[in-house]
Amino acid sequence: MSQQIPHESAILHVTGEARYIDDLPASDNLLLGRVVYSPHAHARIISFDLLKARKAPGVVAILSFKDIPGHNQMGPVVKDEPCLAETQVTFAGQAMFLIAAASDAQCRAAEKLIEVKYELLDSILSIEDAIEKNNLLGPPRTMNRGDADTAMKNSPHVIKGELRTGAAEHWYLESQAALSVPGEGPEITVYSSSQNPTETQAVVGEVLGIKKKDVVVEVRRMGGAFGGKETQANHTACWSALLCRATGRPVKIRLFRDDDMIMTGKRHRFLIRYEAGFDDEGKIRVVKLELNSDAGAAADLSFAIMERAMLHCDNSYFVPNMAVLARVWKTNLPSNTAFRGFGGPQGMAAIETIIDRIARVLHKDSLDIRKMNFYGLGDNNVTHYGQVVENNHLHTMYDQLVKSSEYATRRKSIEEFNQANEFYKKGLALTPVKFGISFTTTHLNQAGALVNIYNDGTVLVNHGGTEMGQGLHTKIQQIAAAELGVSIDRVRVNATNTSKVPNTSATAASSGTDLNGMAVKNAIEILKDRISATVAILFNEKDASVTTDKIEIVFENDFISDAKHLDRRIGFAEAMPQMVLRQVSLSSTGYYRTPGIKWDKTKGWGKPFHYYAFGMAVSEVLVDALTGAVKFLRADILHDVGDSINPGIDIGQVEGGFIQGVGWVTTEEIKWDATGNLMTHSPDTYKIPTAQDIPLDFRVALLQGVPNPDVIRKSKAVAEPPLMLSLSTWLAIKDAVSATANHEFEPDFSIPATNEIILLSIEKLKHRKKARTSHQMLE
Amino acid sequence: MKTIAIKVTINKKQQQLVIKPNLTLLDLLREELGLTGTKCGCEIGECGACTVLLNGQAVNSCLVLAPQVDGQEIVTVEGLAVGNLLTPLQDSFLDHDAVHCGFCTPGMLMSAQGLLDHSLDPTESDVRTAISGNLCRCSGYQQIVDAIKDTKVSVNDTNKARIHTEKRT
Ligand code: FES
Ligand code: FES
Repeated sequence: MSQQIPHESAILHVTGEARYIDDLPASDNLLLGRVVYSPHAHARIISFDLLKARKAPGVVAILSFKDIPGHNQMGPVVKDEPCLAETQVTFAGQAMFLIAAASDAQCRAAEKLIEVKYELLDSILSIEDAIEKNNLLGPPRTMNRGDADTAMKNSPHVIKGELRTGAAEHWYLESQAALSVPGEGPEITVYSSSQNPTETQAVVGEVLGIKKKDVVVEVRRMGGAFGGKETQANHTACWSALLCRATGRPVKIRLFRDDDMIMTGKRHRFLIRYEAGFDDEGKIRVVKLELNSDAGAAADLSFAIMERAMLHCDNSYFVPNMAVLARVWKTNLPSNTAFRGFGGPQGMAAIETIIDRIARVLHKDSLDIRKMNFYGLGDNNVTHYGQVVENNHLHTMYDQLVKSSEYATRRKSIEEFNQANEFYKKGLALTPVKFGISFTTTHLNQAGALVNIYNDGTVLVNHGGTEMGQGLHTKIQQIAAAELGVSIDRVRVNATNTSKVPNTSATAASSGTDLNGMAVKNAIEILKDRISATVAILFNEKDASVTTDKIEIVFENDFISDAKHLDRRIGFAEAMPQMVLRQVSLSSTGYYRTPGIKWDKTKGWGKPFHYYAFGMAVSEVLVDALTGAVKFLRADILHDVGDSINPGIDIGQVEGGFIQGVGWVTTEEIKWDATGNLMTHSPDTYKIPTAQDIPLDFRVALLQGVPNPDVIRKSKAVAEPPLMLSLSTWLAIKDAVSATANHEFEPDFSIPATNEIILLSIEKLKHRKKARTSHQMLE
Repeated sequence: MKTIAIKVTINKKQQQLVIKPNLTLLDLLREELGLTGTKCGCEIGECGACTVLLNGQAVNSCLVLAPQVDGQEIVTVEGLAVGNLLTPLQDSFLDHDAVHCGFCTPGMLMSAQGLLDHSLDPTESDVRTAISGNLCRCSGYQQIVDAIKDTKVSVNDTNKARIHTEKRT
């Protein structure tokens, strides 16, 4: 059924008709909401005065925490996030007051009249500082296999080091937005740009002090999300709901870009300390890791993110002895949150750094070190947490990609180029990705659907997943059409709505299609069973000379037929009124839970993932050694999506994820000043990749002939894994930097490798080279 | 605040409007005229989501004051298709899967249209330059670049445009 059909809303998008929250037609009494936030990273609120602001022209309501009818709480996992600050603020950007007025200008004018007295408190703004003050967010976790200490002692070579990975802003093009509309009595409908409508519903209910039956959350589409709207869309929804409840009028909040960047969490910064032992060949014997993450001021999803980092610090490599210590630190910054990869990128960056260093120590191409350490096909195939790496495509992909990217020839010509050029250096690197698919919080791996067939033969599919540009609804539309054997234009996927499908999980962990696709399939199977029974009766009534059994009925090409007697058939649309006449229900729910996963969190052992997705990339860059500027020359990517449901969408996901990762490892630098205020709070100062930053030569292919067993239509999840292919770009830059000193020293390197970092790294190499030369001269 | 009267042609329709002098073109389009196809992504001229054509030139409408467009001609994304007939450029976006979340799409289309109106045979590098002020966080740009590049052969070739019957009006 693999089909290259355009995104289900593509026509609406190219004509400008597709609606996001901010585009919804406004009723006359619509109010705009504004969030007033803390300018201080850590302070006690001594007093505040809202009286003057409340009298400002156009203002309809100004709320503080005192005006919250329910609980002042919106923490998704741990209840540690007040909706509006009470007696203290714990990060700059924390919401304190809400204003509703007819216009944004009136909101802003009123904001100036709010008076707050603070007592400033000491703040913790770095992981180092948090470590020093022992400001742990929760107990440390460990994951161990083998005997790391003994293995380290017995290793012929040992390396040790530190790696920092930076924060990153999601930069969804549509900033956080919600529109709340009052209903009868306690009812409220919230149109939200949320990846997790069920949780948005729960948190809105919590702050309003009402039950879920009275809250409807609807998500038509998001203008990008990338994890940034998995928990933190709840906030904007709550704020608009509070203002809506207080005023009895519809209230819309769309965060201004800079406010969004200041108020919302980012990708977790990590400080990683590593030690690795290996033999003369380059085979890894042992890895010890200390993972430290900056959670910001609250828990949000930080523990789950750290868990995924722990589960991905092996990436694609068999590490016989492994000891991981993971600690999540609390700081006075906005609570960091989910971001495509969810800790995976940070974990993989650690092991990829180790491999890269091993190659430099042994004067080998890192490519060879990678290959010899890949998980094996028959042996060396169990991860450090006990899951067997099944259907391992690493070796196939490696062979194909090394060949198609002409790695060997290019390596040679790059060496020649680097010999011939002093101020320009080229770098090349191949990195793999093995990414576990499933929520590691096992119970989240479930989904629901509601499929309605109407008597005109059209189909409306509701499911729990949300559309954020990843093409989920398009794939669901394709799945439903294929399962029902009808043409695609008979099927429409509805906006995600909590009143249609309840108790859903977030659309996250790359699992949207896997889970919801199966739930839709389940609903359709139930419907087909009912329809088949009645169609068989219809056939038999019409012509009793042969008997059609319901199990012979097939749904194909807009027809329902008897597979044994193909002349016995009826058009799908023609059959549906018959169903209604014969009192057959054409509406069914569907449900799915991922089978076979078991994860013992305390032991750190089991099978947390349904399967793994694989990918591999080769990047080539040109570095200007005098400025640190990078030109991205070429990228070759081979990615595994099983049997693709929609190759155009999947390729787009691979390219988009990869480039997003390239941003994280190169230009995207988040900086806070000494008071904990974000300095890079606008696209002026925070640089995500543009069309000029992508590889000059960009080649992306999907691995062919690898159906994924036990998953909808034999497909594989795609969203997150490709992001980590960007580590090839990062290491290609490092390779070029290393070339400035003939690969004799280990460059200082971190994520992101901005021009500044590259230049500093080159400078340090120069000094080391000089120091050695003068040392040799002295001798 | 004082108001002023302007005359402007938007998507081929002449309009007389009375506006506040500090209104941006973006707000005029979205808030006053309900043309919400033009998106707001940053309001400081950095993301390109608000791109429209002003006398045939792609501009960030968030950086243009509405009084400045008095007597001028504006085309927004809503002005591209004619009824159910998509332009070759729009069509090419569909064919190349250049639409993901779609939020950058209107701005991308307008920047691209601005390019294609002036240069019949742009190179890949021309295309990348033309959309370098349009941020897309979803796609990795290649599909968008390909969509624009592959449009060039069919500029002014109305045969290429196809009728999308499923398009709702
Ligand atoms: S909204 Fe105008 S450039 Fe971003
Ligand atoms: S398609 Fe989402 S920002 Fe471009």
